Amino acid sequence: MSRRHWIQAWLLLLPAMVFLIAFTHVPAVTTIWNSFFSTPRGRRPSVFVGLDNYERLVADPVFWKVLGNNLWFALGTIPISILLAIVMALFVNRQFRARGLVRMAYFTPTVLPLIAVANIWLFFYTPGFGLIDQILGWLGFGQTNLLGSPDTALPALMAVTIWKEAGFFMIFYLAALQSIPPSLTEAARIEGAGSWRIFWQITFPLMMPTTLFVSVNAVINSFRMVDHIFILTGGGPDNASSLLLYYIYETSFRYWDTSYGATLTVVMIALLCLIAIGQVFFLDRKVHYK
Amino acid sequence: MSGRSISLHGVCKSWGENQVLKDISLEIPEGSFTALLGPSGCGKSTLLRIIAGLESANSGQVHIGEADMTAAPPDQRNLSMVFQSYALFPHLNVGDNITFGLRTRRVPKAERAAKLEATADLLGLSPYLDRKPAELSGGQQQRVALARAVIADRPVCLMDEPLSNLDAKLRQTMRTELRSLQRQLGFTMVYVTHDQVEAITMADQVVLLNEGRIEQVAAPRDLYECPASPFVARFIGTPPMNILPAMALGPKGAELERLAGCGLLIGIRPEALSPCGHSSLRMRLVAHEYLGADLLLQGDLGAAPLVVRVHSQGWPEATADLPLAVRPDDFHLFDATSGQRVHLASLASFLTDWGVPAAAAGHHAPATPLQPGVDAPFITQKDH
Repeated sequence: MSRRHWIQAWLLLLPAMVFLIAFTHVPAVTTIWNSFFSTPRGRRPSVFVGLDNYERLVADPVFWKVLGNNLWFALGTIPISILLAIVMALFVNRQFRARGLVRMAYFTPTVLPLIAVANIWLFFYTPGFGLIDQILGWLGFGQTNLLGSPDTALPALMAVTIWKEAGFFMIFYLAALQSIPPSLTEAARIEGAGSWRIFWQITFPLMMPTTLFVSVNAVINSFRMVDHIFILTGGGPDNASSLLLYYIYETSFRYWDTSYGATLTVVMIALLCLIAIGQVFFLDRKVHYK
Repeated sequence: MSGRSISLHGVCKSWGENQVLKDISLEIPEGSFTALLGPSGCGKSTLLRIIAGLESANSGQVHIGEADMTAAPPDQRNLSMVFQSYALFPHLNVGDNITFGLRTRRVPKAERAAKLEATADLLGLSPYLDRKPAELSGGQQQRVALARAVIADRPVCLMDEPLSNLDAKLRQTMRTELRSLQRQLGFTMVYVTHDQVEAITMADQVVLLNEGRIEQVAAPRDLYECPASPFVARFIGTPPMNILPAMALGPKGAELERLAGCGLLIGIRPEALSPCGHSSLRMRLVAHEYLGADLLLQGDLGAAPLVVRVHSQGWPEATADLPLAVRPDDFHLFDATSGQRVHLASLASFLTDWGVPAAAAGHHAPATPLQPGVDAPFITQKDH
């Protein structure tokens, strides 16, 4: 009887496990493996090169450039989108007319594919007759080329990302807000606390588990979401708006330097793991779980 | 600081179509313990929240002390509140929970520490000040909520069913503690409960609410002995008062209605009836229910069901027809249409003429075990 249960358990686990192993674990191991070999070219098969790829990576100025870009990208998008998410959640948590409509409006960017979003924003950013230039024109400013100049290309991408992410994070904060019993705020009000103090002393600390979850996700997303780069800038000008994953894509599938692509991937995954672990350990002490 | 009086004038509150409070006017004397009692949905919690300022009334005024507080926000009303769920801040430790209000009001650190120490001592919380609320038992959490309410010496304290999450035994000890705490500190207490025992045992004044209206405001003893309506009569006391249409007494009932000049409902508490030797008031026994110290006899009086509570000791199993004695004071009359209490001066002589003996006051059961073969088995006139 117990033996049959054992078999049944494995059979139930099997479908999910097959997919996980085939599409996650095997590729991951293969990637690490490939990063120690040279890229096969024509009649020249790949050979074991040890840490050569990693040495090349350390010496690669483009790698450092995109890593720096990614760092700024993360620093620029995560705090602002979390802040916006909290503000929006606080707003739509109140009672007012058309609340459902506003909630839906906030969530819409999340539903749209990033490629579609990027195309919409491409119109906004178009020099001369795009939305932004039209508004600036009314105000008496000249034309801009936000996506075309190295100084503004990355911030322009960041704006799209914030627009896309904030609504998604808002849903988590809204759920967190709704799980806080209203009697806590009432008790605080009776004790003389104003809205500001209630937010910082009660609401925000009680939303910390959500903040941890959202921030880990946001970091991962900042390395993962590059779809809009394809539409908006193609990583240019001069790699000014290229991010790590976009660079990996270009290396592997445009220049077909697959083993260097694998090396970059290993470094990115290692980096993400480190950040996630760091976040959990750093924030865990400050998080109150119910 | 001593308490402040609270007075409500014509308070109304509706949620959309649903009118939950209908013209509530009420005086709560300073330093008193007032219980807002009623079945669930009667509006008692809403009334408390209006006093607290957490809800605003649609019309009417709220005065606390001398001041009109109708429009004042909760923190300006100088009161504290204990919630049914305690509403402790789960991420703060016990000490920080208790001193939350003091920190909000920027009380100096030394004064805060001194008050915390005194309050924690008063409520026996000193060993737990560094713990989180989740690490405490229900009773300890309750004390933390109490401590948070009393630390600032507010003149008014509001409590919304604070004991309903505790087990029966703890509830009983907390009742006594709450009452003595209130006496000791002298604040005005407004206490919401649906439990008549809580209200009766703790309060100086009970406000009985039903469907958004005040049924009666009275001291617990008056509420029990002199209910203003059949609703009050049946709400207070366990088992509830017997309410019979006058017709159940046959021609005598009709005579009573003629004397009163209106249709009548007769209310008699199960413990006010006592079996006796001879009486014109006779009950047909159908069943009984054993409750340990007491026995509930169930039967009929005319066509109406009747419950009598007697001492369970020495009760004979089979008696089909039971003569009953009742004091005229325990014979409550209500107008059948309006529900108003009817006072009939000639009631005592009416009962005597009818041949219903008066049971001794304070007795609801035979005091001694029955002797076999005794002709009139129910000795009702004897003392304990």
